[in-house]
Amino acid sequence: MTTTASPPTRTVSPPPAQQRRGLGLRSFGRRGALAVVVVAWLGLWTALRGRATLEIGGAELTGFHEWLDRQRDSLAAQRDTNWLLQYGVGGISDGLNATVDFLRELISEPAFPRPFPEIGYLGVIGVFCLIAYAVAGLRSMLLVLVSLLAFGALGYWELSLDLLIVTLVAVTICVLIGLPLAIVMARSRKVDAVVTPALDLLQTLPSFAYLAPLALFFGIGPAAAVVTTALYAFPPVVRVAAHGIRHVAPTTVEASRSLGSTPWQQLRTVQLPMAKRTIVVGVNQTTMAALSMATIAALINGPGLGQPVAQALQSLDVGAAVVASLGIVIMAVMLDRVTTAASVRGELATRRGDSARLRRTALAVGVVSAGYLVYLSRTFSWAADVPESPDLGTPIADATSDASDWFIDTFRDSTQALKDGFSYGLLNPLQSVLADSPWFVSATALLAIAGIIAGRRAVVSTAICELVILGTGLWNEAMNTLTTTLVAAAFTMLIAIVVGVWMGRGRLVDTVVRPLLDTLQTLPPFVYLVPFVALFAASRFTAIVAAVAFAAPVAIKLVADGIRGVSPTTVEAARSAGSSSWQTITKVQLPMARGSVVLAANQGLLYVFSMVVIGGLVGGGGLGYLVVLGFRQAELFGKGLAAGIAITALAVMLDRIARYAVTRTGRT
Amino acid sequence: MTAAAVAGSLLVACGEGDIEEADVPDTAAGDDGEAVECDEFDIAINPWVGYEASAHVVGHVAETQLGCDVEYKNLAEEVAWQGFGSGEVDVVIENWGHEDLKQTYIEEQGTAQEAGSTGNEGVIGWYVPPWMAEEYPDITDWQNLNEYSDLFQTSESGDKGQLLDGDPGFVTNDEALVENLDLDYEVVYAGSEAALIQAFRRAEENREPLLGYFYDPQWFMSEVPLVKVDLPPYEEGCDADPEAVDCDYPLYDLDKIVATEFAESGSPAYDLVEAFNWTNEDQNVVAAYIAQDGMSPDEAAATWVEDNPDKVEEWLS
Repeated sequence: MTTTASPPTRTVSPPPAQQRRGLGLRSFGRRGALAVVVVAWLGLWTALRGRATLEIGGAELTGFHEWLDRQRDSLAAQRDTNWLLQYGVGGISDGLNATVDFLRELISEPAFPRPFPEIGYLGVIGVFCLIAYAVAGLRSMLLVLVSLLAFGALGYWELSLDLLIVTLVAVTICVLIGLPLAIVMARSRKVDAVVTPALDLLQTLPSFAYLAPLALFFGIGPAAAVVTTALYAFPPVVRVAAHGIRHVAPTTVEASRSLGSTPWQQLRTVQLPMAKRTIVVGVNQTTMAALSMATIAALINGPGLGQPVAQALQSLDVGAAVVASLGIVIMAVMLDRVTTAASVRGELATRRGDSARLRRTALAVGVVSAGYLVYLSRTFSWAADVPESPDLGTPIADATSDASDWFIDTFRDSTQALKDGFSYGLLNPLQSVLADSPWFVSATALLAIAGIIAGRRAVVSTAICELVILGTGLWNEAMNTLTTTLVAAAFTMLIAIVVGVWMGRGRLVDTVVRPLLDTLQTLPPFVYLVPFVALFAASRFTAIVAAVAFAAPVAIKLVADGIRGVSPTTVEAARSAGSSSWQTITKVQLPMARGSVVLAANQGLLYVFSMVVIGGLVGGGGLGYLVVLGFRQAELFGKGLAAGIAITALAVMLDRIARYAVTRTGRT
Repeated sequence: MTAAAVAGSLLVACGEGDIEEADVPDTAAGDDGEAVECDEFDIAINPWVGYEASAHVVGHVAETQLGCDVEYKNLAEEVAWQGFGSGEVDVVIENWGHEDLKQTYIEEQGTAQEAGSTGNEGVIGWYVPPWMAEEYPDITDWQNLNEYSDLFQTSESGDKGQLLDGDPGFVTNDEALVENLDLDYEVVYAGSEAALIQAFRRAEENREPLLGYFYDPQWFMSEVPLVKVDLPPYEEGCDADPEAVDCDYPLYDLDKIVATEFAESGSPAYDLVEAFNWTNEDQNVVAAYIAQDGMSPDEAAATWVEDNPDKVEEWLS
């Protein structure tokens, strides 16, 4: 989505209190130290490989895993006796179920004894178009109309509306809880310090790891789906909104204070209105995150378009999966554009000098028409029912299946060779050094590297994360996962810089490539798993390709926006001073877009980590597979959750090293 | 808005029946009055196609013959069992063993109970694609596997042969088996049924070597009839210690699990579930309708029910 390129989900605001001590080392000395560590690591690896790797068998459990299992069991046993679980969680769950069921009977599901929902096909179209016009304007209305018609034509009218309902309910909850939290966070460093790690956890702990217990407490139904979705979608709105409120120009806030405003008045009249644009971006990103949970929520019977995607995967029906996913992509584009348009409508209308009277008349006509359509859809079955033609779903499914078959047949041999070369040449050696060295050798080496490139604070973070990983009892698996994620992150950045620069320097390229990126970003990754396995077999390489495919679009867009943001006069000056294109890019544009490149790396990394579990479904092995296993097999729940925790620790570790490294080189 | 309104009024011109005349599903379809008792019937759908086939055949019969209001819920195994206690799930129609879940939900909580065999026999084991069994006839004996381990080497298995595992829904003894049978193989986890099937499909199409964990009944068997490798035969108790397993997997008698509440409700759907019984071939036919012919599960079930009135009759009598 275009907005993903604007303020970040995860703001890389410079870590506070940058220490200058580590800078005594000159950059050359740092490189030398790095070389020493790597050589020592390789030496110890050669001498000691295979010893003390902490490898454990597939079904083997550690005390910690069993402890987690027992916690789950005892919570489960208290489900009907514990007051909090029964009335607190139970109450929330009943409330959510009732809300979702009400909305479904209103627009998507037959409302017994009627054979149709309260508002049928034409009525829904009428009402949604009216809402879109009222909040976001004519263009958004047309987009909504086309999208709704597409849902029907793809053959997924009801499931699309179900997805919309679950998404909107989840996003509403996120906003209701998230905005107040963001305000508090923006005003208090202490709260910020507590909440930020919690948000990190929510964003990186794979939902597979807690899906089964969640369903246990919230029941099997819409409530569990809404809660899962809301948990994952929660961080962006808090982060971005807090960032926005915090960065309202201090002088403005100061001015309002000197005029005698109370803190509450400052917030209401200055900070919130001025941060409105940013807050909307946060809501928008939360919406996109919510949509990306569609397929996972379907695994606990969450209503919506995720269901046909998950089901098509069982019979390896790429065509059917793509059609259902297309519905999700359209939904994403629709919600993204409408919320964005809604946030600027007021200003835009004033600036254009739109006639308020004309608008009032149009609205009145709209209300009457929508009312009429609702009446029709309540009265006549032809107006309530989704028309059977045109059927776009079948031809699209057939065409994609054929295209995918053709692609696989044509490229299979070369992709196989690519996978083998890559695996033998890079992946296996790297993994062997990381995972086959004794654990204390790898652990020390990682600490040393963190210290050399990112300073003392990074050493502390790395040490904590390593302790957590050791505590999960899955060190060896974690090193395997570290290998694939490091490689995937490196490739993501390579692609992001090449394509991002290309897009940033050419408007035309941008226009062509951007919609493609939007699609890739919102397409549920489950869809390309089947063709990828056909191309590259079940392997770690497949998992890496899937992670890069998912992470690269975000990173590319961020780099492209950064490059575009470099002042044209500077670029022109460089060019007229005789710089070649290569020199302009490497000496002017990339360094000046550094902030965006850093942000791209940070986001790319988080996206790569969010694909670890999906990678586990296609041969990625490591922690990702254990998480899936824990979801599917009750007796491995503890191990799966431990693997999820280890994934979070790895993600936080790399994130912190990268962040501290950047601020540090930034100051040299 | 106006565009839609115009479209609306155009449609009015050719309007037919209003909603009161629309066909409301007939809830009292049975002729013996008993059918009226069946209202809601919640069937869990565990995530594999064979399961879906059984569930939709039962569901289709319950809906059309008993007038039940059938709801299908897509759930992983454990989550489905959790639903027995809360009244959200009435039946798990195809259960593969799962002694641990039986222990928790049948023995300890008493929220579930067994409702007999589905008649399907579950086979788990190691399989090779048919072309390999033809080209290397003796490969189906485990004792010869070491001779062929070079063939199965991949980028994932290092210098050993690859044994492709990894449907996360199934328990596997394969790491222990490889160790205890002294096989020169490395277990590699594909991670999903989809990845396993895709790997076998690719292996047969391109005549690539592949040894993997698989099972029957499974719709894919009718597309590519994989050949089973014989491990040392299963004997009672030889898999008691998971670390010391050195024998083949047992045959699973796939059974039906129902919520205790549902079993005692007197619902005619319970009698149907209890009587439901068919063969692996039956299930593979329906599963292939879904997975290969692209029918919707309900179409597939309806087709089979129409072709097999005598079997359906038996379940209902």
